[in-house]
Amino acid sequence: MYVYDEYDRTLVAERVAQFRGQVARRLSGELSEDEFRPLRLMNGLYMQLHAYMLRVAIPYGTLSSVQMRQLAMIARKYDKGYGHFTTRQNIQYNWPKLDAVPDILADLAKVEMHAHQTSGNCIRNVTADQYAGAAADEIEDARITSEVIRQWSTFHPEFSFLPRKFKIAVTGSPHDRAAIKVHDIGLRTIRNDHGEVGYEVVVGGGLGRTPIVGLTIREFLPKRHLLSYLEAILRVYNQEGRRDNLFKARIKILVQSMGGTAFTEKVEAEWRAIRKDAVDFSSEDFARIAAQFAPPRYVTSTAHSAEFEAARLADKDFEAWCRTNLAPHKQPGYAIVNISLKPIGGVPGDATAEDMELFAKIAELWSFSAIRVTHSQNLVLPYVRLSDVHAVWQALRGAGLAAPNIDLITDIISCPGLDYCNLANARSIPVAQRISERFASLDRQYDIGELKIKISGCINACGHHHVGHIGLLGVDKKGEEFYQITLGGSADENASLGTLVGPAFSYDRVVDAVETLVETYVTKRQPGEIFLDTYRRLGVAPFKEALYGSHPA
Amino acid sequence: MALIQHSDFADDSWIRLDDASEAPIGAKIIVSLERWQRDRESLLGRNAPVGVLLKSNQPPALIAADIDRLSLIALEFPKFTDGRAYSYARLLRERHGFKGELRAVGNILRDQLFFMRRVGFDAFEVPDRARAQEWLKSFGDFDVVYQETGDGRRRPVRVREPEIGG
Repeated sequence: MYVYDEYDRTLVAERVAQFRGQVARRLSGELSEDEFRPLRLMNGLYMQLHAYMLRVAIPYGTLSSVQMRQLAMIARKYDKGYGHFTTRQNIQYNWPKLDAVPDILADLAKVEMHAHQTSGNCIRNVTADQYAGAAADEIEDARITSEVIRQWSTFHPEFSFLPRKFKIAVTGSPHDRAAIKVHDIGLRTIRNDHGEVGYEVVVGGGLGRTPIVGLTIREFLPKRHLLSYLEAILRVYNQEGRRDNLFKARIKILVQSMGGTAFTEKVEAEWRAIRKDAVDFSSEDFARIAAQFAPPRYVTSTAHSAEFEAARLADKDFEAWCRTNLAPHKQPGYAIVNISLKPIGGVPGDATAEDMELFAKIAELWSFSAIRVTHSQNLVLPYVRLSDVHAVWQALRGAGLAAPNIDLITDIISCPGLDYCNLANARSIPVAQRISERFASLDRQYDIGELKIKISGCINACGHHHVGHIGLLGVDKKGEEFYQITLGGSADENASLGTLVGPAFSYDRVVDAVETLVETYVTKRQPGEIFLDTYRRLGVAPFKEALYGSHPA
Repeated sequence: MALIQHSDFADDSWIRLDDASEAPIGAKIIVSLERWQRDRESLLGRNAPVGVLLKSNQPPALIAADIDRLSLIALEFPKFTDGRAYSYARLLRERHGFKGELRAVGNILRDQLFFMRRVGFDAFEVPDRARAQEWLKSFGDFDVVYQETGDGRRRPVRVREPEIGG
C-alpha cells in the first residue's frame, strides 16, 4: 500500500501543529465557538448530541495492520473502547475530549493517518472499490487513481471553501462497488478501443434531500488528464454553485439548473483553457504511485487448494460463510475475504478495540497485513491464500466475528441516527438491530438471498436509504419516530433511486412492514430472482397492496 | 483594519473611493466595478494608478480586457466561507496574466492566509494588528504543497524508491 515519503510526513505533522494551535486558541477563549467551528470541521471534529465526534480518514478504505492497531489503541486510550466504521470508509470516535484531540491526531500521524478533509465544504476523503488491487474483474487498481486525487485535493488552496462538501468516488472495475453514480464526481475506469486506460466521468449524483443519479459528462477521459479535468469541474462549481441556500449548494443542483449540456460545455471550455502540464501528473508520477500498490509477494498461483476444499466439505458452518463472505481474486489460489461487522443484533459498523486488534493480527498472519473498509460498513482482507481461509474463519469465529451474511438481509447499512447525531429525526441503529434479530435464521436469510436494507435517521441520507433495495428513512411526526419505506434503489452500475411505497410506519410497526415486503417477494419471485429483480419486474403495486391493502390509508 | 503586503504589515497607500466622490488628484484609488465601467475613460485619464474591487459575484472576465491598465485588483470575501475569489485569483494570475497587487478584502480568517497567498493574493486587509506576529506566522503553516498554483511553488519532485507491498 501507499507509504508516506518525507513530504507526506511533513505535511501531516504540520497539520497537527496547526490544529493544536487552533484548539489552544479555542480553549483560551481567543476563538469563539462560531469561529472555531469551520476550523475544527476541516479536521473532522463535529459537535454531536453528547460530545465531540472525531472522524478519521481512511483514504480509499485502505488500512495496514499497524494502522488498525493504532486505531484500537486510540479507541481504548481516548474513547470508550470502540470505533464506528462509516459508509464513507472512515472511522468515527464518538467520545473524544477536545483538549485530547491534538494528541489523537499526533498518534494518528505516527502511523501515517489523519483527519484531513473528513468534513467541511471541501473535497472530502476520496472513496474507492474495497476490492481494488484484488478483484478478478478489475481493469486497474482504483487506489492508484484515488491516491493521485488524495494528493491533489489535500489542502487544495482554491477548493477549500466550496459552496458545499464534495465527494469523489473511484471504481476500477466494470462492476461498480463504490457507488460512483451517487457521488459529486464518480470515476469509472475503462479501456477504450485503442486499449488505453481512462475514465468515464460522472458528475452531479448524490443522495441527501435531493437524490439524483449522476450524469456522464465525458465518455472517455485519458488517464493523464485526470487532474486537469477534475480541476475544471471544481472551478466551474466553485464559481457558479449556489451559496445562498445550504440545501441547494451541492453540484447536483448546479448541473440540474444549468442543464447537463450547458454544464458539460462549461467544464470542457474551462478544461481547454487550463494549462494542463501544471496540473496533470506525468506518466512517471503515475508510475511512481502505481509502484506503491504493486501486488504482494504471492506464494502460489495454483487455483485449486485441496485443504480448502476439504475444509468446506467437512464443516457446514465454514461452507456457509465461504458462500457469502468470499469474493473472486485476480490471483489464482487466493480469495478476497469479507469480515462482516453486522453480527445479529449488533450495531452496524461498530468494532471494539479487541476486535480491531484481532483483525490486525489476522491480516498480518494471512493477508499481507492489508485490510480494507467497505462502504457497507464491513471489512475486507484482500489477499488471503485459499489454504489459509479456514484458519482465518476459525480465528474470526472464535471471537464471534464470522457472521456469514455479506449482502444478505442482515447486512444492513445504518447511519448513527438519533442515538448519536444531532441532525437525526429518528433512531436508526435499534431499527437495524431489530430487523437483524427478526431475520436471524440463517436458512431464512439464504432463502431470501441478496437484499440490501439501508437506514437513514434523517433526510441527509447518511445511511444511503435511497439506494437500498429496501430503504428506511426516519422522520419525525409530532414528536414520534416514523419510517418511510422506499423500494427498488440500487447503487451499482445500474443505479436507481428507490420509490416511496406509501405512508410511513411507526417505530413499533416498521419491522413488521419490512417482513411483509420480504414475504411478498418470496411469494412472487421467479427462480433466480433477488428482491430487486422481482421489484423491477412487478413494480411497486403488489408490495403496496401487501402493506396497505387495496385501499391505502 | 490593517494591511499585510507580501509578508509584512504595511501602510496602505491606496484609498477606497465610493461611487459618488471625486477622485483626489494624484491619489491611488480603488473603485467599484460599477464605477470603473461608468467612468473608465476619466479614471484612466488621471495619470494616477487605479484599482478595481470585485465583489464575489463579479468574475474577473468582466475586467479581462483592462487587466494591463489596472495596478491593483481587490477581491471581496463577503463571508469567509464564500470561496469564489480563490478561483478568481488564480484566473487573474494564471489566465489573464495580472501582475499588479492582488488584494483580499472583507471577512478573512487568519487561518486562510496560507491558502490565499497560494492562489496568488499578495496583499490582505486584516482586522487587527494586535496579534500581528501570529497572523504573519500563518503564511508558514505548511512547507509542503501538493499543487502548483498562483504562487509559483512547485510540487515536490519525488525520487524515493517505493517499497513493494500490498
